[in-house]
Amino acid sequence: MNMMSEAATEKAVNAPADEPVIKMRGKDVCVFYGPKQALYDVNLNIRENAVTALIGPSGCGKSTFLRTLNRMNDTIENCRVTGDITLDGEDIYDQAIDVVELRARVGMVFQKPNPFPKSIYENIVYGPRIHGLVRNKAEMDDVVEKSLIRAGLFNEVKDRLHEPGTGLSGGQQQRLCIARAIAVSPEVILMDEPCSALDPIATATVEELIHELRENYTIVIVTHSMQQAARVSQRTAMFHLGVLVEEGATAKIFTNPDDPRTQDYITGRFG
Amino acid sequence: MSEPHTVTAYDDELRWLSRRLSEMGGIAEGMVADSLTALINADTALAQRGISEDLLLDQGEREIYEKAVLVIAKRQPMASDLREIIGSIRIASDLERVGDLGKNIAKRVISIHTMAQPKKLVRGLEHLSELALTQLKEVLDAFSSHSAEQANSIRERDEEIDAIYTSLFRELLTYMMEDPRNISACTHLLFCAKNIERIGDHATNIAETVFYVATGQQMTVDRPKDDDSANIVADPVE
Repeated sequence: MNMMSEAATEKAVNAPADEPVIKMRGKDVCVFYGPKQALYDVNLNIRENAVTALIGPSGCGKSTFLRTLNRMNDTIENCRVTGDITLDGEDIYDQAIDVVELRARVGMVFQKPNPFPKSIYENIVYGPRIHGLVRNKAEMDDVVEKSLIRAGLFNEVKDRLHEPGTGLSGGQQQRLCIARAIAVSPEVILMDEPCSALDPIATATVEELIHELRENYTIVIVTHSMQQAARVSQRTAMFHLGVLVEEGATAKIFTNPDDPRTQDYITGRFG
Repeated sequence: MSEPHTVTAYDDELRWLSRRLSEMGGIAEGMVADSLTALINADTALAQRGISEDLLLDQGEREIYEKAVLVIAKRQPMASDLREIIGSIRIASDLERVGDLGKNIAKRVISIHTMAQPKKLVRGLEHLSELALTQLKEVLDAFSSHSAEQANSIRERDEEIDAIYTSLFRELLTYMMEDPRNISACTHLLFCAKNIERIGDHATNIAETVFYVATGQQMTVDRPKDDDSANIVADPVE
């Protein structure tokens, strides 16, 4: 805890007003699945209170990189990560790190909405309860309401909080999952193709939500939709065959990328 | 254009835009050349042809607009493709305007040549016409070869057109002061000269678009400007 606050102070002192604050830093990150290497020396900084989009063709390593950011790769057998990944300057692969606490600070939303087979209320209150963030009914009610309001879902579900979360529509379920991720007050939210199972209207509501969440959270999103990356993100990183090809301002990447591989991918020329 | 798109119909659409634009360029160039030749040689039949061809450019511009909007809606283009499509729309507008200016010159041919001794007055416009026409030709080449370098040199040369236009302005003013019977023809010629100078400006616009499409960068802001005609006054006759 002490280490964290020290790092935070250092961050505040070292960053001039117009310089972006780096929330997470990946340095020489390599990932291996058994003998197969999936990521090669990725150096990528994630800016605070910005949306960073990771794009690239299937199998390029973008989801693999996303998963290194909250150690979701730990759950995969034979997976080995080398290099440094820091959160506010603190090594998240350090022995002393509590992975459960890390995942509370770096939350995740998946491709397919995956609410627990419980009520809407229980879905949200589960995380805060196991992390000891709520002590009584009043606090639980409060966190449920706040999280649902933030996720733009409250008005749609306020009269049926005790009905199953699985009974909601796809878009609502995904926003419930986002509300669930927000409930534990994370600093970073990782999203792995959060809209690929949603229709265009539900996609728009989630994109609107991402736009609003950006003010208070750092967001990293993996998406196969170039248009979505262009719409929701401020920074874009392009991966190809396990290598980070190019990273830069989204406006630049989608109008005038530097690397021909980025150009070919975003214009639909990849063979 | 490097590799083909995975969706080949997309390539066909982009090629269609580029081909249609080249056609428009050819028509605009021919039309301006006809109007200028008609002006210099007092050829009213040729002037009539110039007037009638303007319709083709209007139609070309409309078709390119419609196609470009459709391609954007269908393909959601990115990077160089996006720049090329937006560039097509802009260049089509410039070419359509070039057509309008050419048509305006052609319309004046008839009025100018009903007056006395227009030949001498018209001669001054010959050099300006040649320059503007060269600019137009070269910018169309730069467009078809996606050459940023050529686009750059075209913009540099617009300065020369502006300078000649300014001196022509003075010259025509002098003719009018010498003999009031020249006023009518000279006024028409002033508009012709202005139109030619504007054609040069549109060539410059196209050069800027070509540069942006090719490089993704805007040309530097400090564009050469040597049109000083706005500051010229005729001294009152004593």
